[in-house]
Amino acid sequence: MNKPYAISLYPGSSLANKTGSWRTSRPMYLDRLPPCNHACPAGENIQGWLYPAESGDYETAWRLLTADNPFPAIMGRVCYHPCEGACNRGKLDESVGINSVERFLGDEAIRRDWKFARPAFESGKHVLVVGAGPSGLSAAYHLRRLGHRVKVIEAGPLPGGMMRFGIPKYRLPRDILDAEVKRLVDMGVVLEMNRKVSNILETVQVGQFDAAFLAVGAHIAKRAYIPAGEAAHMLDAVAVLRGMEGQDKPMLGRRVVVYGGGNTALDVARTAKRMGASEAIIVYRRNREKMPAHDFEVEEALQEGVLIKWLSTIKNMADEGTLTVEKMQLDDKGFPQPTGEFETLEADSLVLALGQDVDLSLLDGVPGLTLKDGTVEVGPNMMTGYAGIFAGGDMVPSERTVTVAVGHGKKAARHIDAWLRGKSYDPPPKHEIAEFDKLNTWYYADAPKTVRPMLELARRTSTFDEVVSGLTETNALFEARRCLSCGNCFECDNCYGVCPDNAVIKLGPGKRFEFNFDYCKGCGICVSECPCGAIKMVPETI
Amino acid sequence: MPNELQEVKFYQTGTFTVGNRLLEENERAVQANMRRTNSLNSGHRACQGCGEALGARYAIDAAMRATDNKIVAVNATGCLEVFSTPYPESSWQIPWIHSLFGNAAAVASGVAAALRVTGRTSTRVVAQGGDGGTTDIGFGCLSGMFERNDDVLYICYDNEAYMNTGVQRSSATPPTARTATTMAVGKEPGNVFGTGKNVPLIAMAHFIPYVATASVANLRDLEFKVTKAMSIHGARYVHIHVPCPLGWGSAPADTIKLARLAVETGLFPLFEAEHGEITGSTKIRRKVPVEDYLRLQKRFAHLFGAKPDEARLARVQANADRNIAKFGLMD
Repeated sequence: MNKPYAISLYPGSSLANKTGSWRTSRPMYLDRLPPCNHACPAGENIQGWLYPAESGDYETAWRLLTADNPFPAIMGRVCYHPCEGACNRGKLDESVGINSVERFLGDEAIRRDWKFARPAFESGKHVLVVGAGPSGLSAAYHLRRLGHRVKVIEAGPLPGGMMRFGIPKYRLPRDILDAEVKRLVDMGVVLEMNRKVSNILETVQVGQFDAAFLAVGAHIAKRAYIPAGEAAHMLDAVAVLRGMEGQDKPMLGRRVVVYGGGNTALDVARTAKRMGASEAIIVYRRNREKMPAHDFEVEEALQEGVLIKWLSTIKNMADEGTLTVEKMQLDDKGFPQPTGEFETLEADSLVLALGQDVDLSLLDGVPGLTLKDGTVEVGPNMMTGYAGIFAGGDMVPSERTVTVAVGHGKKAARHIDAWLRGKSYDPPPKHEIAEFDKLNTWYYADAPKTVRPMLELARRTSTFDEVVSGLTETNALFEARRCLSCGNCFECDNCYGVCPDNAVIKLGPGKRFEFNFDYCKGCGICVSECPCGAIKMVPETI
Repeated sequence: MPNELQEVKFYQTGTFTVGNRLLEENERAVQANMRRTNSLNSGHRACQGCGEALGARYAIDAAMRATDNKIVAVNATGCLEVFSTPYPESSWQIPWIHSLFGNAAAVASGVAAALRVTGRTSTRVVAQGGDGGTTDIGFGCLSGMFERNDDVLYICYDNEAYMNTGVQRSSATPPTARTATTMAVGKEPGNVFGTGKNVPLIAMAHFIPYVATASVANLRDLEFKVTKAMSIHGARYVHIHVPCPLGWGSAPADTIKLARLAVETGLFPLFEAEHGEITGSTKIRRKVPVEDYLRLQKRFAHLFGAKPDEARLARVQANADRNIAKFGLMD
């Protein structure tokens, strides 16, 4: 340095002073697991697909979504969206309407006729799927994506399983179901209807399948012993809902009583209303807090005039259409106990909605299986005790929802694929969860959730038109943009802007950022001011 | 059936974040740009989490863009000068001159005059200093520059004390704050209530074309005000609130958070004035009690002993509430 003192210095010559040496801890970019993704039974990368949707790139969003779940239009109608319950935005104003955006993407795909690509190569393996419900179809889709030939054998006349024969039309219009199933057929999944597999090992052997995935569902209605006169009209919920799909609709009469407290009980009561019943009464032995049915379904049913008798059990049904109901009382442990108080209810028919059992007859004679409470035990890889036979959906012990079933199908497909290659599938380790306290919510603008329009009440109770409508594009875009992008950089440039030392390098659109550790002093402002919690401080190693 | 429930455009974070991929390129902040000037470059010796280093880059980069990169900066003595130009290095990437602690406004007036007489009128002059160099030592030169309406934008980076000499009180130090010269002892711990001055309001009393306050917590507001100032000729004054982790006894990572809390409590009102009249103020988004702001700073620790000093907290809160009413900070 031969410059005279205090005359002039070279511009930007401070770069010679590597202030990074001051640092005792360093910032680190990371991806945390958004709570929505963590809560999704189908393992969707929700934050991931909302990201392209935010800029209006719906096809990319749809393709990302369908990498995990082939049925967005169905999901957008029937999924109970645990993602929204976990959404961090719920702590800020209201959770993001993930389910309605998913439905918008699904409907958009049907409208624009987006298709799945056929697999790039054929593995030469042939996999049998038994049952064309959500679990079987999901497995078939994922196996096909992985290059395997797939044949789905279904006992019923049409594909869909409980999505068709259990969920009423007003929740899932059949053209939507058909459109999303057709996409699977278009990518080469073979469906064979009206064939019941009675012996799985024989079917596998005759068809020369390399592996099988069983997803026959739970279709046998559970019964409760209720003394009844010979002319008493008693039906089960599964039969009623299945009957709605055929030519001969079930005869329920004007006064219908439904016994049970699950979503199926509500489906039947709401169906009865639409069939013209003047009274649809649900009898349930516990109270609303203990009811397994989802709150919004209870709310919609009550709006439609369905009545619910809480804390009541049915003792008997007389010929002339009179039910005897006993009042119950919850004990300290929350179990209902009889009170000895009785009352009578008039009813033309009684529908039992007490849950379903699995028809496991196709497994007769298969060695090595473990059965538990009428379901088949599977390992963490979804394989039964018999090598090469996998199972999922309602026939294995789990929560019985469409989304869980779809998740089983995906998981099983990955393990079947690995098994066929003589390997085992190890899911990548999960990132740490992006909890609410990791976010800096100051940066998000307040925005209420866009509520989906509902069909007006008079039309709801008299027709089977869909109750909940979709979002328009404007609203879907708005809703997607409410996503906080928890734990995943959305390139807001905050770290790049707030660094007092210019030690954050912006790499350009889609490429995120990196730190310049020559100058980063480790102040941590970038961590504090990152809206979505995608940076953390780690101690510097010496 | 109403389908259009909401017509508003919603860009996830709006303009609260520095950038936003959903906004058009030209709607994003200067600081979001990959080719921003970085007028104050890396390698400067400011403390970890320095609010002034940040404020200076925000302001000068914005001024650079507003003038097509044609500015000369004059710097008063102070932290900014000391940490940016220790011999033989300089962090500045713009024409920059330093003379004395108290004469930055006068030197800037001279630079502006020199540019005028040599016909280089497209080159603009920015003077900058800390609160000490502005509100105390350079105050006479500043007032002179204002009353002559010299074509200079003077930016004061206010960290509320003389930080580089060891945290001595200035006339911008807030009431009850502990500094090296206002210890937290005796009947009146910390800086005495009722002392100090408000230089933005004094600048307004000169009826100069533009006066504004800004904060490192609100980048878009800051850039807007600097850009607006550069679109005007004559004397202009922008007063930027810049937290100082060292002098305030706060965590380096909390610098922007503190600046934000100062705004959201009402203690540091953001407003603009033209020719002596207030023309607008930036509204408080989520009002918070002053305690939230004070608790994070050791210079106010004496208010939160075993028994909180309710009386003094109430006086600070009253100051905040007065600002909210006076500057219309809430609807």
